[in-house]
Amino acid sequence: MTTTEVRALTYAQAVNETFHQEFERDPNVILMGEDVAGGAGRDDFEDAWGGVFKLTRGLIGKFGPERVRDTPISENGFIGAAVGSAAAGLRPIADLMFVGFVGVCGDQIFNNMAKMHYMFGGKVKLPLTIITSTGAGVGSAAQHSETLYSIFVHFPGLKCVAPSNPYNAKGLHAAAIRDDDPVIVFNNKLLMGGVGTGPHVPEEPYEVEIGKAHIAREGTDVTLIGISYTTHLCLQAAEILAQQGYSAEVVDLLSLSPLDEETIIESVKKTRKVVIVDEDYPRCSMASELSAVIAEQAFDYLDAPPRRVNPPHTSVPYSPVLEELFIPTPERIVEEALATME
Amino acid sequence: MTTAQGSIPKEKLTWMYETMVLIRRFEEQAKREADQGRILGTHSAIGEEAVPTGICAHLGDGDYVLGNHRSHHHCIAKGVGVNEMMAELLGKATGTNGGKGGTMHIADATKGMLGANGVVGSNIPVATGCALAAKVQGRDNVSVVFFGDGASSQGSLHESMNLASIWDLPVLFVCENNRYAESTPFEYSVAGGSVSNRAAGYAMPGVTVDGQDVMEMYEVAGEAVARARRGEGPTLIEAQTYRYFGHYGADNPLGYRTEEEEAYYKGRDCILTMGKFLLESGTMNQDQLDSIDADAIAKVEAASKFAMESPYPDPSALLTDVYVKYP
Repeated sequence: MTTTEVRALTYAQAVNETFHQEFERDPNVILMGEDVAGGAGRDDFEDAWGGVFKLTRGLIGKFGPERVRDTPISENGFIGAAVGSAAAGLRPIADLMFVGFVGVCGDQIFNNMAKMHYMFGGKVKLPLTIITSTGAGVGSAAQHSETLYSIFVHFPGLKCVAPSNPYNAKGLHAAAIRDDDPVIVFNNKLLMGGVGTGPHVPEEPYEVEIGKAHIAREGTDVTLIGISYTTHLCLQAAEILAQQGYSAEVVDLLSLSPLDEETIIESVKKTRKVVIVDEDYPRCSMASELSAVIAEQAFDYLDAPPRRVNPPHTSVPYSPVLEELFIPTPERIVEEALATME
Repeated sequence: MTTAQGSIPKEKLTWMYETMVLIRRFEEQAKREADQGRILGTHSAIGEEAVPTGICAHLGDGDYVLGNHRSHHHCIAKGVGVNEMMAELLGKATGTNGGKGGTMHIADATKGMLGANGVVGSNIPVATGCALAAKVQGRDNVSVVFFGDGASSQGSLHESMNLASIWDLPVLFVCENNRYAESTPFEYSVAGGSVSNRAAGYAMPGVTVDGQDVMEMYEVAGEAVARARRGEGPTLIEAQTYRYFGHYGADNPLGYRTEEEEAYYKGRDCILTMGKFLLESGTMNQDQLDSIDADAIAKVEAASKFAMESPYPDPSALLTDVYVKYP
């Protein structure tokens, strides 16, 4: 038996690699956003930033300022320009630095990006990817720490994916870029900061299919559904539960729209109990949606009502003491899982 | 009259006159469709025909036009078929958008008409992006976005002018200043009393033009389009024009403007003015003008018949085109 060496990239390295490969593959791929290169227009400082989370480092040096464009701070303007450039034949990636900034470009995303294909009778395609950063845990307070998944998932016409590790981050970004529909990719800040580094990341380009959930751990007693960073919390909770003699299955959702109802329902039918772990605000969240889908499609199989683990109905606080209370924890997940098994 | 009229080729003059008359007759029919209760109503472009006509005379199918809620004239000037447009107004399967868009969203990508848009100011960044695509792909196509005096106060215009200017994008920002944003007068809502003056802040040419004079529109647009094709960047054009009807057809504009004002602008009607020029310059005779009008009426009557006789979309169309592919 041969042993293969694990090629462990960080999340940011994996995404950066996929960007380089997709730029290489298709000359219509371009990138726009604030500080995606950095030091724009100054040759001696070129690529000063490479993106706030270093996802886009090195692209300008290799592919030039025609395809790698630092923008002024004008999200409505450049996200709209990404929409137009997609309608006119490019395959743009636009970087919405923090998901909360959707507040200044919602018009372009909700009124144009989501709707143009439909309202024009299918005659205009928008092969456009928006990458954005999400999540609390680094002391960025209320406007730079949200996830806001459900706002985007709400809109017909948008696809939404939330990677959970370097392997699926690389493949989902590639799939998003190659997709002929607009796709939002939610990149969690803690993951980009190094959490979850470890799985093998093949060097050659590959896609992780949009619309498929992944069974991150098999189990029989309870299903824990995670999204992006919360998948890691679910895995930690599953460990704790195992020590207590319970076998938890962890579903890593990956794709928020389309939703892989088949995988979710199949898991719930098997375990008959489910806890959904979502870092978004609780009301009208992915957790609410999943709970409804499960209740509608698997009610007769359930031994207990679906349980949701969200933050409380509050904005994200700054103080580390309060922020820790905001984010779901493995302990809370365990508590809810045990409650389903009472 | 403009000094430039002598330099405009006769076939362009003919095309412009035909186009304006076709727009007028189409819009009259659209109003009849609403009056007869077949549709809710439209944002009539009657009175504003010259603006897109003078500009689109310089454009080909590979150039882009982005419109707004009042866009039938942009579509016709860009070459979109009146049969398919009328069918779209009636929500029919044969419409430009298969009946899914209606009056505020007419699009025909084959003609470079990448859509009217119901949100004021929303298409300005999109048009800027179309220009970016042309530039990145090394094409000499230009992008034109039409918006009103109301949209000139939207941030989207200012963000887009800045972006287009720093990137030298081939885009024409064309303000159709018809003096009212719904019922709100231009003098009240636009600081400084000029839209074109705002170009200075974004280091691009800003031109105010008589939007009722199609030949002046043609000249100004020609310079801006040529500049854009040369890679020298965007231009802001403020075309001073007037809509003869209310904002949406149902409102009575005499609630916020005077009969004297309406009479003044209707006295400067773009079609009458051009017709007079064509006669006086000996370019055409009255029979030729009448024949153009008769032709437009026939086309619009045929479009109305086509739309009426066309089927509604199949119920299955409700769920198609949401995505290109969705499992």
